Amino acid sequence: MAYSDKVIDHYNNPRNVGQMDKASDEVGTGLVGAPECGDVMRLQIRVNPETQVIEDAKFKTFGCGSAIASSSLATEWVKGKTVAEALTITNTDIVKELALPPVKIHCSVLAEDAIRAAIGDWKKKNNVAEAATTAAAAH
Amino acid sequence: MSNEMSNNGMVITESATPLPAGVHLPIYMDNHATTPLDPRILEAMMPYFGPKFGNAASRNHSFGWEAEQAVDKAREQIAKLIGATSKEIIFTSGATESNNLALKGIAEMYRERGNHIITQVTEHKAILDTCKKLEKQGFRVTYLPVQADGLIDIEDLKRAMDDKTILVSIMYANNEIGVIQPIAEIGKLCHEKGVIFHSDAVQAVGKVPVNVIADNIDVLSLSGHKIYGPKGVGALYVRRRNPRVQISEQINGGGHERGMRSGTLNVPGIVGLGAACEICSQEMEAEGEREMELRDYLRAKFEKALDYIHVNGNMEHHLPGNLNMSFVHVEGESLLMGINDIAVSSGSACTSATLEPSYVLKALGLGDDVAHSSIRFGLGRFNTKAEVDYVSDKVIDVVSKLRELSPLYEMVKEGIDLTKIEWAAH
Repeated sequence: MAYSDKVIDHYNNPRNVGQMDKASDEVGTGLVGAPECGDVMRLQIRVNPETQVIEDAKFKTFGCGSAIASSSLATEWVKGKTVAEALTITNTDIVKELALPPVKIHCSVLAEDAIRAAIGDWKKKNNVAEAATTAAAAH
Repeated sequence: MSNEMSNNGMVITESATPLPAGVHLPIYMDNHATTPLDPRILEAMMPYFGPKFGNAASRNHSFGWEAEQAVDKAREQIAKLIGATSKEIIFTSGATESNNLALKGIAEMYRERGNHIITQVTEHKAILDTCKKLEKQGFRVTYLPVQADGLIDIEDLKRAMDDKTILVSIMYANNEIGVIQPIAEIGKLCHEKGVIFHSDAVQAVGKVPVNVIADNIDVLSLSGHKIYGPKGVGALYVRRRNPRVQISEQINGGGHERGMRSGTLNVPGIVGLGAACEICSQEMEAEGEREMELRDYLRAKFEKALDYIHVNGNMEHHLPGNLNMSFVHVEGESLLMGINDIAVSSGSACTSATLEPSYVLKALGLGDDVAHSSIRFGLGRFNTKAEVDYVSDKVIDVVSKLRELSPLYEMVKEGIDLTKIEWAAH
């Protein structure tokens, strides 16, 4: 398996590794994948309740180098974005950025799922409806 | 600090500390996949790529006689290593051909006697795929399960045998987990029932004592490149007495090899295979002890430094140079990526091109996640203690780093039962 330089860079120097307090209302946690599929990603975001800006993001991933790189990149990208903006990140953006080969596309899909799951968890905790985030994005 | 050099997308991480004496990167520790050619064997082969180019089937000049003599010598060397006679050795292009010839040749020859074949689930694909083909041709194949330690249960074999059984094919030693099957016992049972016993002994010959008489083996496959010889050459032992086994040829054209395998003999390869067997006859015992010590040392280092690891396969009935370990909560491919200056395998070499977990490890009852986290270390003749130290230190380092990254390891450490979590399928 040949890896792109960017995948290798994220693998050797993963960004934003760690965990945040799951119980906090400001924190959204997305746990996606399954051990028997060979990938589990946990992506967490801390959202500013006033601005809906993702101020911090952390991840831990069990998976191949491409899965680690996809989730590491996802934390980099969501940081500083509003929740609504973060939802516009798609797996194809990740595929492009990391030059993932076809067999590794599922890693990028999982990373997108992780972002959505983390945001979904945060919304549920804070009773934020879909419309509210859309409105916030419009400002 | 480390300095990474990207080379064809592969990263070689050079540590700041100089390499210990005698360690050169990359380190080859995948000796079940293939072995480096022993320089002594290369030397023995060289004349047959040059002036001694004769066809071993040319009966009326010295070039042919010279080649024939070399082939005869190799036949003796191979026979001696496995306790056979030279007339019982048939040269092939390798173990895959040997296995195909054995299974198809026996099935065809004894079809009138019966149509039932017994093998087991952890065989090499050269056996399993051949059996699948025979099933399409109307043969009935029983694939025996293995126990959690990788060994078959003799009682299962007894139960599977019926009056239509013509052939049992059970590998001597497994290429992934290194377990050695109770071969002599299986062979004895086959002989009592008048069933032919074939064994794919590719991983065992030259590594542990193999004796076709004591082991009650009727037909046996072996290969050159697993014992420091050349690729593209192998042999099939076919018993001539008690019982005499007949094999229907699969390649026609001249009746070479007692009619069982036509085609001009690969003289340089055969010379290499013979030399490889000769060296094994002399050095196997001491080398086996050396490799077993290194393997146990490697295992002990892992067990001292890491938690949540375990060996796969029965370690009592085991190849000296094999260690198959699961590093639970670390994904295998990411582990290999971190140790890519070391050549080892995740699952078998034949399946590492796919993302499927190893069917051998799954047959032991390992979950897909643990199967994905398993590494096969294949120690061989040219591995040194300094290399084992480098490999163990590196693996421990990478496993530790990946576990820092692993949500599963974190959860387990917090006392969470992973089996109780509802994982989202994807």
